[in-house]
Amino acid sequence: MIDWKREWKVLAAMAAGFAVFYWLPVGFPRFDGAVNEALALTKWYAREHVLLCLVPAFFIAGAIASFVSQAAVMKYLGPRAPKLLAYGVASVSGTILAVCSCTVLPLFAGIHTMGAGLGPATAFLYSGPAINVLAIVLTASVLGAKLGAARAIGAVLFAVVVGAMMAVIFRRSEQDRVQAAMALPAAEGVRPLAQTAAFFAAQVAILVFANWARPEDPDGLWFAIWRAKWWLTAAGALALGAILVRWFSLTWWKAIGVGLPVAALGFAQPQHPELAFVAGVVGLAVVTARSDGELGQWFASSWGYAKQILPLLLGGVMVAGFLLGRPDHEGLVPSAWVATALGGNGLGATLFAAVAGAFMYFATLTEVPIVQGLIGAGMGPGPSLALLLAGPALSLPSMIVIASIIGWKKTSVYVGLVVVMATVTGMIYGVLVA
Amino acid sequence: MKEIIVLGPGCPRCDQLVKVARQAAEELGIEYHLEKLGDFREFQKYGLMMTPGLVVDGALKVQGKVPSVEDIKTMLA
Repeated sequence: MIDWKREWKVLAAMAAGFAVFYWLPVGFPRFDGAVNEALALTKWYAREHVLLCLVPAFFIAGAIASFVSQAAVMKYLGPRAPKLLAYGVASVSGTILAVCSCTVLPLFAGIHTMGAGLGPATAFLYSGPAINVLAIVLTASVLGAKLGAARAIGAVLFAVVVGAMMAVIFRRSEQDRVQAAMALPAAEGVRPLAQTAAFFAAQVAILVFANWARPEDPDGLWFAIWRAKWWLTAAGALALGAILVRWFSLTWWKAIGVGLPVAALGFAQPQHPELAFVAGVVGLAVVTARSDGELGQWFASSWGYAKQILPLLLGGVMVAGFLLGRPDHEGLVPSAWVATALGGNGLGATLFAAVAGAFMYFATLTEVPIVQGLIGAGMGPGPSLALLLAGPALSLPSMIVIASIIGWKKTSVYVGLVVVMATVTGMIYGVLVA
Repeated sequence: MKEIIVLGPGCPRCDQLVKVARQAAEELGIEYHLEKLGDFREFQKYGLMMTPGLVVDGALKVQGKVPSVEDIKTMLA
């Protein structure tokens, strides 16, 4: 006897799948074009952005998680921290403390009730998802340095203003603090700041020089850097190796074992620098993954981020390509619609982008391909920035969680502030760019 | 009887901490009760700021990272 109570879900899923394929609009030019766009856009990301840009960024994000003392940062967000300092730290510490929104919300709850209060907590809540390293790197790499910088600067300023306004509006209801001492994570692995800084500088150098774009102007400093970019990248890699051996207890013969094949490939195949780059990444992954202690932890957190983010990102890229297409190509949604709703830098378009961004859920980093698709379909620069500023910080699911912490009244004021600020900032940027 | 609580809203690292904590308790062969809490108000009772967190017998032992099985064993001992 078939247990229909359990089997009906399977049947329904099969029927739905069958119906989708039965009426699949294969052969209609718009649908076929959209499928083609989805694949083409994903290929472009795979070629241009994963290897040289995202892979080093994952290593940097992993290094932040395992080598930067979070306790040192949290100290400035505690109950006795000076208010002004707390705002400053909250608005930039997203880069260090959080990569995905699932870590932002508990921190927000903690800073609000046990730490520095509503203002800095809101500043952190806003800046956390918006200015993490991966998001800024990918924005600058895909959408251009100008929008990347505008996003980073906008997010920091925004965080302070929104936080301060929340604190002023709700200054009366700030008494309902939980009487629990904030348990700071224990500080550990005390390493001189200069060593940590050099370690990050070497990695950032690799990331920046490997992605150096060829400038239009064939002379001048930028072009000289572009011509020497692989030498500079190699210098960064050498420095990183030396730092790892000297200060991070990597065995010297392992470092040489990684470095030699990289150098050999680099000199044997100078027209394919990616080969040497891949060899370097694989070598670094192997030696860090196989060691215990902090190097092993570094790899584990980098790998954790990669595992968590890459599938979502590639999925998001495919969906964005399917719906919106690459720049100058059309996906399923006609470009004329996008241009009508979001074109130019007018108030209507910018406000619409801000509101849509606030409610829509973007998985980590997927806002980038979506904005790229919208720009390709005719969205103006102002609405683009508005969407980037309102999008990752807020979504309907996160609003519900925020409301469970601070209540609906404060939540709606927060959402309202973000939408208004995103619109205003977007319009200012639109005027500046145009 | 050890009361082990993992605090975390459901991120991959929280699930990993549950697994590691269970493994540590099993390897020690102690009697234990393991629970996973995802409510933010519960986090504040323990003073937790960064997820995931591990609470043993009502005291927050570690937060913001997944410790190794060996480290958790010393916390449970």
